[in-house]
Amino acid sequence: MSEAREFKYIGQSTIRPDGFDKVTGRANYGADLNLPGMIWGKILRSPHAHANIKRLDTSRAEAFPGVLAVATHSDFPSVTDQAIESGEGSLTLLDLARNVLAKDKVLYHGHAIVAIAAKTAAIAEQALALIDIEYEVLKPVMDVREAMAAGAPILHPDMFTQGLAEKPTTASNVATRLEYKMGDIDAGFKEAEVVVEREFYTPTAHQGYIEPHACTVRFEKDGQSMIWCSTQGHFDVRASTAKLLAMDLGKLKVIASEIGGGFGGKTTVYLEPVALILSRKSGRPVKMIMDRDEVFKATGPGSATRSWVKIGARKDGTITAMQGRLAYEAGAFKGSPVMMGCMTAFTPYAVANMYIEGFDVVVNKAKVAAYRAPGAPQAEFAVEMLVNELAVKLGRDPIDLRLQNAAKEGTQTIYGPKFKRVGLVECLEAARDSKHYQQALAKNQGRGVAAGFWFNVGGQSSVHINMNPDGTGTIVEGSPDIGGSRASMQMMAAEAMGIEPGRLKPIIGDTENVAFSAGTGGSRTTFATGMAVIEAAEDVVAQMKQRAASMWNVTAEQVEWVDGVALNTAGEDRLSLAEICASADRTGGQISGRGNINARGAGPSFAVHLCDVAVDKETGKVDVVRYTAVQDAGKAIHPKYVEGQYQGGAVQGIGWALNEEYIYSADGLLENAGFLDYRIPVASDLPMIDAIIVEVPNKFHPYGVRGVGESGIIPPLAAVGYAVENAIGVPVTDLPLSPPRVFNLIQGKG
Amino acid sequence: MAVVDYNAPQSVQEAVALLSGSDIKTKVMAGGTDLIIQSKSQTIEPLRVVDLKHIAEMMSYSLDGAGLSLGPCMCCAEFTALQDVKALYPGLVEAAYLIGSTQVQGRASIGGNLCNSSPAADTIPALIAIGAKCLIVGAGGERTVAVEDFVTGVGRNCMQPGELLQRILVARPAPGSRDAYLRFIPRTEMDIAVAGAGVSVTLDSQGVCTAARVAIGAVAQTALLVSSAAEALIGTQLDEVAVANAAAAASAAASPITDRRGTIEFRRHIVGVLVKRATLIAKERAQASL
Amino acid sequence: MAKIHISTSINGEATEFLCEPHETLLDVLRNDLQMTGTKEGCGSGDCGACSVTVDGRLTCACLVLGVEAAGREIGTIEGIGSSDKLSVIQEKFLEHAALQCGICTPGLVVSTQALLEQNPNPTEAEARYFLAGNLCRCTGYDKIIRAVLDAAATMRGAA
Repeated sequence: MSEAREFKYIGQSTIRPDGFDKVTGRANYGADLNLPGMIWGKILRSPHAHANIKRLDTSRAEAFPGVLAVATHSDFPSVTDQAIESGEGSLTLLDLARNVLAKDKVLYHGHAIVAIAAKTAAIAEQALALIDIEYEVLKPVMDVREAMAAGAPILHPDMFTQGLAEKPTTASNVATRLEYKMGDIDAGFKEAEVVVEREFYTPTAHQGYIEPHACTVRFEKDGQSMIWCSTQGHFDVRASTAKLLAMDLGKLKVIASEIGGGFGGKTTVYLEPVALILSRKSGRPVKMIMDRDEVFKATGPGSATRSWVKIGARKDGTITAMQGRLAYEAGAFKGSPVMMGCMTAFTPYAVANMYIEGFDVVVNKAKVAAYRAPGAPQAEFAVEMLVNELAVKLGRDPIDLRLQNAAKEGTQTIYGPKFKRVGLVECLEAARDSKHYQQALAKNQGRGVAAGFWFNVGGQSSVHINMNPDGTGTIVEGSPDIGGSRASMQMMAAEAMGIEPGRLKPIIGDTENVAFSAGTGGSRTTFATGMAVIEAAEDVVAQMKQRAASMWNVTAEQVEWVDGVALNTAGEDRLSLAEICASADRTGGQISGRGNINARGAGPSFAVHLCDVAVDKETGKVDVVRYTAVQDAGKAIHPKYVEGQYQGGAVQGIGWALNEEYIYSADGLLENAGFLDYRIPVASDLPMIDAIIVEVPNKFHPYGVRGVGESGIIPPLAAVGYAVENAIGVPVTDLPLSPPRVFNLIQGKG
Repeated sequence: MAVVDYNAPQSVQEAVALLSGSDIKTKVMAGGTDLIIQSKSQTIEPLRVVDLKHIAEMMSYSLDGAGLSLGPCMCCAEFTALQDVKALYPGLVEAAYLIGSTQVQGRASIGGNLCNSSPAADTIPALIAIGAKCLIVGAGGERTVAVEDFVTGVGRNCMQPGELLQRILVARPAPGSRDAYLRFIPRTEMDIAVAGAGVSVTLDSQGVCTAARVAIGAVAQTALLVSSAAEALIGTQLDEVAVANAAAAASAAASPITDRRGTIEFRRHIVGVLVKRATLIAKERAQASL
Repeated sequence: MAKIHISTSINGEATEFLCEPHETLLDVLRNDLQMTGTKEGCGSGDCGACSVTVDGRLTCACLVLGVEAAGREIGTIEGIGSSDKLSVIQEKFLEHAALQCGICTPGLVVSTQALLEQNPNPTEAEARYFLAGNLCRCTGYDKIIRAVLDAAATMRGAA
């Protein structure tokens, strides 16, 4: 419990322990490992969005000098429909196998079909051109409305919509229908005196991590295999790959390299099982790296969505009803985050009557993967745009209206639990009181306010802390460090042990030398792995006290631990941690503490963003002139890294709102598979992003931590979207707000 | 195309000899920012590269009473730092400055931009606006071609196999004569032009426009010299109506396509806005130079 | 294909390597010379993760052929700071938390050094435009720009 607690180390922005490696280029990422005898793998990818493979002959490629192995889907042992947990979402093994290497049918432009390993990358590329393959091209289906319409081309003849009242008899592109409800929606709207409703659209958007997927693997004849890869969850890589290749978990070691961004997109496997097959067949270590084109075409972006939302309120501002229907694109295989969209959309509001329906729909695009608060940004865009519209209709300030209806402690959520203490109100107040909100707008400028909610998760984390004779120690944890979490682990352990953070070195263990840890995602790391670190640190302290007690011949209860020093309350003796370590060999051996937990009590993080834009009405160009991101961190262990999460999420959201979208040809081919035409924000596009950390502690974490990684991407879509609407005086419903779209809105062409 | 043979000739003659009578596809290389990307494309056709950057006259410039004589391979970072050139041709310098990032500027050249002959090239409308000419050399000798006649199609220009661009020549602008270039992109940097406009105007001491050239880019298969837009400006004081007419003429002359960077309607509209804005900048500069 | 022998200088050290004509300088650095500090983010000059200097000019290593390194002076991240002491730029990046995943950091450090050599007193806008070719997806650029401006001020103060 941590209300108003004084911390010795927590709350400082220390220099990260892996910092030297990162600023000097010494840190090793996915593509940085070379092994003796290593060969290179490359993949043949579908040139069509939807096609049956009529004929596939790899013999010419296999015969090409320098080629050492070829892999296709038939190299997987038979896989079942079994579900496999994979990061922030689960998918079936069958679908995963078919996504990693196509079976009989290609379902999106870039879908992997054949892999070749050769002595050099250039030889492998040349050999790809020698693969003989014949396609029967099928009509692709490229958006939810098309996919859900009668007579649409069907991607999977064995897909029958789940979640309908009556089991359907004809195949569909709708994998699942789900609904959540609370109260009486019809009564809620009857009570309403003002109603707003609209349909919204968000495009397919990619996480945009700068480091492409990469791995170096080695399959040994004795079955001891190794994967080095860039991943958010090496235990998940192990689980997926072992299942796909019918291997024992104990025979596969996965080492997480440093990771150059993930945002959810690196919580599944693409290259690793393929590389392992190639390594098995060639008897050589294999390196596979995606090029940028492949990353955009064939990894998992975030879902495009169509949402319809309706909100009713009384004239006094009380929202009485919230209703929605969300259709999310899953890509080629089922499993969009529509469920999370349904669960989060209305959750910032304490409203008695809610009803939301969601559809998971397959289309001929890459299978989606998690993208930072998966499912929430899209749904919240629709809701927050409408809440702003409602505020105008009611003549109310948009923050004030939200304060009146804000979720708080005790609010019943649509997805089940009642909130414990949460910080939405505090975030709204901080936004209202910010310098930004007091600033007047200039001509051709507009302002948008938006809120967002993410549950955050706990889950399994394992940590051990190994002490050295000189009083330094190593924190071995299993959460790949995407954003500087090692610094926070170091501080939390230091705080619990009462010693300088610099005395402890945090490292990320591999799947063999650290116990099971769930992947880095779900905003869980500082919370759950942090809790495990604290538990391990407290275990070390308990053992230190035992050793001191034995040296002083007193009981452990008579020993106090203060600022890294054991004090004998029954006498004058004191022993520092370093001294206890120095004599540990004589008192039972060097000390190692552990914490293996399945963390519960993750605290949700609410965020509220403010965005001011200037619109050039002659061209439709939008400039973000001012941006503030407010978010509840519970307790900011490392304030600068917490701010960094807010700012990074905000800018991804700004990109999604303004210029990012997958552009497809009429044949379903991806036209902008590169950073030139998939337009993420560049440094000159942005102002400074003011980050305001609100701290409403989460009492289920020893230091009050709430995860912060994800909520920050949720508000920007509507903060930017509504700012544009406010500037041009025309409703905004579709993203991205690229100049042609904004110009058309201004011209009244919609 | 995979590069199989790299050559770095020390003279133009040596370069021309390498380009003539080649057994495999041969391309010259300046900064390589287009060539290297194109050479990574999926077709594995062998490519011979002739790197021109070791030829002194391809990398140097001179500026005198006659005007500017520019080596086509000088990188944009170096070119845009030339204060004497910037004083006389600010539009050309700003066009060159817009090509890519700082990193791309360290390699890309005006000659490369021109010879790559993309419809969206930034320097081409700027070069046309100032009446630049290409000095082309080959086994058969030298010839001079106006930039507006140099580019003949998407990625195509009038050079024959065995020829290379040796110098870019621009007459010295008289007092009262200056240029400007603007392009439109969705972000603030790092995008290929959705539309571009290069304008040069000449004003007399009364502020009357006596000459003008208006060129538009990224809105047709090649950059276009729009004489009707220039005619709308000549004889006027470059007032609001004249400028609006020029903009309308430019929009009418454009024949853009719809692609991942813009639609027909949007491009047609934007190029008009750019012509208007570039004309006003050129006007201000021309007045200041009197 | 026959490999070509190239003599060059990298971070002030005479270096030789063999490479095929189609290899870029990025391929050479990472695969032939095992200098993996320079990163590949896109291979097409759009992201700046492979920023290096060639004869003092900032450029993308993926847009230079390996054979072009002959006789040139190449500057990479490995040549900035030393094992004893980080450069001011590197220190400021750490101090300001101007990196999260760190993949763009080597390129940004190289580019920032080039910026400050050319313009020791950049405005925020000048810094943002100069560095527009270095993509970062984690930080939103805020802390990067603060680190750059602070490094500039520190280096001016120390001069």
